[in-house]
Amino acid sequence: MRIDPHALSVPPPTPTAETLPFWQAARRGELLLQRCADCSRWVFYPRALCPHCWSDRLDWAPASARGTVRSFTVVHKPGHPAWAVAAPYTVAVIDLEEGPRMLSALVGIEPAEARVGLAVRARFVEVGEWTLPFFEPAG
Amino acid sequence: MRAAIVGVGEVPPQRSTEGRTTMSFLADAARRAVADAGIGKDRIDGLLVGPQVGETPQHVPATVAEYLGLQPRMANVVDLGGASGPGMVWRAAAAIAAGMAETVLCVLGNHREPVAPRSPNRNPIREFDVPFGASGANTAYALLKTRHMAEFGTSDRDFAELAALARSNAQTNPTAIWHGRPADVDGILASPWVAEPLHLAEIVMPVAGGDAVIVTSESVAAGLELPHAPVLLTGAGEMVTHRAMSQAPSLTTGPLKPSMAQALAQAGLGIDGIGLLSLYDCYTVMLAITLEDAGLCAPGRFADWMRDHDLAPGGDLPLNPNGGQLGIGQADLAGGLSHVVEAVHQLRGTADGRQARAARSALVTGNGATMSEAVALVLEAS
Ligand SMILES: [Zn+2]
Repeated sequence: MRIDPHALSVPPPTPTAETLPFWQAARRGELLLQRCADCSRWVFYPRALCPHCWSDRLDWAPASARGTVRSFTVVHKPGHPAWAVAAPYTVAVIDLEEGPRMLSALVGIEPAEARVGLAVRARFVEVGEWTLPFFEPAG
Repeated sequence: MRAAIVGVGEVPPQRSTEGRTTMSFLADAARRAVADAGIGKDRIDGLLVGPQVGETPQHVPATVAEYLGLQPRMANVVDLGGASGPGMVWRAAAAIAAGMAETVLCVLGNHREPVAPRSPNRNPIREFDVPFGASGANTAYALLKTRHMAEFGTSDRDFAELAALARSNAQTNPTAIWHGRPADVDGILASPWVAEPLHLAEIVMPVAGGDAVIVTSESVAAGLELPHAPVLLTGAGEMVTHRAMSQAPSLTTGPLKPSMAQALAQAGLGIDGIGLLSLYDCYTVMLAITLEDAGLCAPGRFADWMRDHDLAPGGDLPLNPNGGQLGIGQADLAGGLSHVVEAVHQLRGTADGRQARAARSALVTGNGATMSEAVALVLEAS
């Protein structure tokens, strides 16, 4: 089954002062990540210091929102009951082009079509109060 | 000065425990371990406990000490998920070496009500995993299995062999939750998908239970009239690499690899000097990666390796003779300590009905969170 994200009523993100810009950018359809002004490496999830070099000079920068599937699972029995209506659905770890990895759900794809190495791009979907960066095949 | 395990206790796993508290399971496990050691409870002057979701969020050591009528000179929480149990044993040894305590009780346990309590704050997972449909450990370990299959060409059947072995070994252990219910590879594969490619029978059954271990120094142990020979801690290693599965440095090798290497080096042993494997097995894929990370076989070749060995209790290299957690059930954090308890029974010859052939050394592992918290121990018969 393909996820119909608009029909979901699931636990929302829980932004902190450190992470709020990421979620605000998602509302604009932008995947905003942190980039270290000292070591130039990209950082996800957002934090107050660079985990690579401990610099606190982290700038927000728009990312390509493209990546590849590092791994995936087709969830039949969700850990949270709110996702039961969407099961079976596909959760993936994405290797972002910029280097960091993030977890998301795949949309616009049948679970049986998911593959390690699949090229994907972010698709921003309003779910309740927030906009979530899901991923779909890059085509 | 080496540390010695002089007593172990395990509460038989149970599926549900209405009306009982976690504290009562800790007490039950502790009493069994003290009885096993043949010492009085007042000899205990150190206490290591785990975090408790829901019941006692803070001041856990004081609460447990008070409940048990102990006044320890050293008390602490060890919060390493499934690695907490083995992590306790090493910390007990360190505390004893530092003069903080002489005899340390390590205890973990849990009750099991119909509805499990949820942890109040689990960031960053709560913020960056849960909104995308990834709640709980099943999705995380399914991601590991997918990647293992894609990278090495391992098959669903290969992983099912590990679950079938656990279910077979569990038939030698009357307290195992799967005792009386063996399953072959086809039976494992016939169990429903939970998070594809993970089948239900590749996942530990949650149970209530408790495990406790009494650690003291080798010299103190020598002065006690012990009913059983002490088991020595001769090597240990630990590593913590991440929290959320998306942040794992690798999906096909984990922090147990350097931890096991360090534990073996401290013990002065190679992996071929190990006679018993008591390895953390929350999921088949975790056990597969641990076998490969231990250097028992090349990455991706665990199934070939299994075919070359008899891993039953009477075999050439017993692997989780009591059934492991895939066979006995997982009593939450106590599951990590159950691998220590089983290794102690095997090394001192008290593993009734499932005694391995004269194993002198055991490799014990604990694994927490998303293959991110790792502790390895080498235990040896005295
Ligand atoms: Zn940096």
